[in-house]
Amino acid sequence: MAEEPQTEEHVDSLASRVVGEGEEGELQFRDMFLNMGPAHPAMHGIVRILVRLDGETVLGADVEIGYLHRAFEKSCEVGGYNQAIPYTDRLNYVSPIINNVGYAMAVEKLFGITTPERCQYILTLMSEISRITDHLTCIGASAMELGAFTVFLYMIEAREFLYDLVEEVTGARLTVSYGRIGGVKADLPDGFEQECREAIERVRKIIGECHGLLTKNRIFIDRMRDVGVISPERALAYAFTGPMLRSTGVNYDVRKAQPYLVYDRMDFIVPLGTNGDNYDRYLVRMEEIEQSCRIIEQCLEQIPPGPIFADLTGEPIETERMLELAKHKESFKDLYEVKVDIAPTLQGSERIFHDVVATDDRRAFLPPKEEVYENIESLMNHFKLVMFGHGIEPPKGEAYQAVEGANGELGFYVVSDGSGQPYRVRCRGPCFNFLAALHEMLIGDMVADVVPTFGSVNMIGGELDR
Amino acid sequence: MSQPSVTLQLLQERFASVIREVHSLHGDDTVVVEPGANLEVLQFCRDEPRLAYNVLVDLTCVDYLDYPDREGQPRFEVVYHLYSLEHNHRVRIKCPVAAEDPTVATVVELWPIADWLEREAWDMFGVNFAGHPDMRRILMYEEFEGHPLRKDYSISRRQPLVGPKN
Repeated sequence: MAEEPQTEEHVDSLASRVVGEGEEGELQFRDMFLNMGPAHPAMHGIVRILVRLDGETVLGADVEIGYLHRAFEKSCEVGGYNQAIPYTDRLNYVSPIINNVGYAMAVEKLFGITTPERCQYILTLMSEISRITDHLTCIGASAMELGAFTVFLYMIEAREFLYDLVEEVTGARLTVSYGRIGGVKADLPDGFEQECREAIERVRKIIGECHGLLTKNRIFIDRMRDVGVISPERALAYAFTGPMLRSTGVNYDVRKAQPYLVYDRMDFIVPLGTNGDNYDRYLVRMEEIEQSCRIIEQCLEQIPPGPIFADLTGEPIETERMLELAKHKESFKDLYEVKVDIAPTLQGSERIFHDVVATDDRRAFLPPKEEVYENIESLMNHFKLVMFGHGIEPPKGEAYQAVEGANGELGFYVVSDGSGQPYRVRCRGPCFNFLAALHEMLIGDMVADVVPTFGSVNMIGGELDR
Repeated sequence: MSQPSVTLQLLQERFASVIREVHSLHGDDTVVVEPGANLEVLQFCRDEPRLAYNVLVDLTCVDYLDYPDREGQPRFEVVYHLYSLEHNHRVRIKCPVAAEDPTVATVVELWPIADWLEREAWDMFGVNFAGHPDMRRILMYEEFEGHPLRKDYSISRRQPLVGPKN
């Protein structure tokens, strides 16, 4: 994969690289430069690593990024607040829902909105599904690069079960655009709980098989252990977060340190490594998949019900009792509305679902479509939120919101000037830090170790280059 | 109003002369320092045991050219987000930068990650970081002209793609 040196001077140096003669006749050696990327078959992502080699040992590395720069931050400044949501999908495209959550929560922070409980559970649950898909992709791809093709196929199969769930909830596999400022697009579909539990069981089974194939596999361990090592001090100096930081033994997880959504109600452990090498990163990710499965199950247990035919005690409501309750407006609030059969709009976003999936703050969230058709106030509300020059208008100010992305802390810093367009959106992606420190992880290893180390870093171009 | 956090109290005590403004809007502790004071404030934040901000979470810049009601104030602000692992708290330090000479001191000595973050801030905003060891473009290519996240860089402006040199 070596690219030939580009200038004549380099060609000369190549000829004299292996053996040359110094002033006193001793042998001289020169370093060799190897250009990996930008489009290297083992680099999932477009990045260029220029490594300096002595034989097969890496002496230095220069990482060049920016090949996937799409002006995410600039593009956010020219549209409305909700129009940035599809762009966030494309940051970390393997776990897009977490990006939706992070951005939406930053803007909600500007407003001071809290979303309904059920909405928060949905987002927690979907975030964890995303985290699993991300880890599966990372481990599967890096195992494949070491020759374990079976594991890749197994893991992609497991990922597909989860993508099916994601597709059912959001309508898309990858570019989901599910989050909204102040809520989510639509409620969970019917029968989701059952399907989700089945999918989790299947994922667990596959993870067990992959454990059998990899965790004690001699070849895999030899390739991964003590390779790509970084110390906790250096990791913190480079502001590492996520599995990369935890593999060095530093206990930092945004979900535990500064809980958001309903993570404070979840019982899960944060797995920690000890060596900070590729093998520990692999183990941390494998364990995080299991912990995410546990969080999903707890969400399914705890999630407050959506609109049903029953009242709080689970009893169906008689018409007469309903009339009686309607006389006391206070108690009427706690009741769940009757579900309609005909959906005039996207399934799960009908009027009755609105209370549970979206904020009632009409500055931020569109009114239900039925009401837009039925009364003038909602129609005006709708147009105010979508028309150019109006839109969602958070008060002036700035807010930083961090969520735990699959790779680490995903932060959004949003500055509002009070208009309908974000004044500045800054995305702090976790990959950027890993790539900035990649040269430290590579130096001293073999050239063949570049690929597993790069794989375990789990670089996602969309998030790195924005 | 609740009590100001330990961070804000300490910083106000120590740096009363160079702090322009503090606030905790939406719960984010924020300190605006005088231009040129960023390095000493950040150094203090990192080394003071009661603060122990050992992680530079983010470094970015905001161009306030079009921001309403900001006449007479410096055009740019360099924004540092710090996190302390030990105390589990965060702070945002903002350092105004004038448009005429957009230069602030580098913090690479404090946190190595600032190397790349400052390169990005320079690439996108044209803010210089005095003392930075290796200032090159990072996201854009070398031949790119201008700094795309400045407010006076139109989003519809196009530049020719530069092909490979050989």
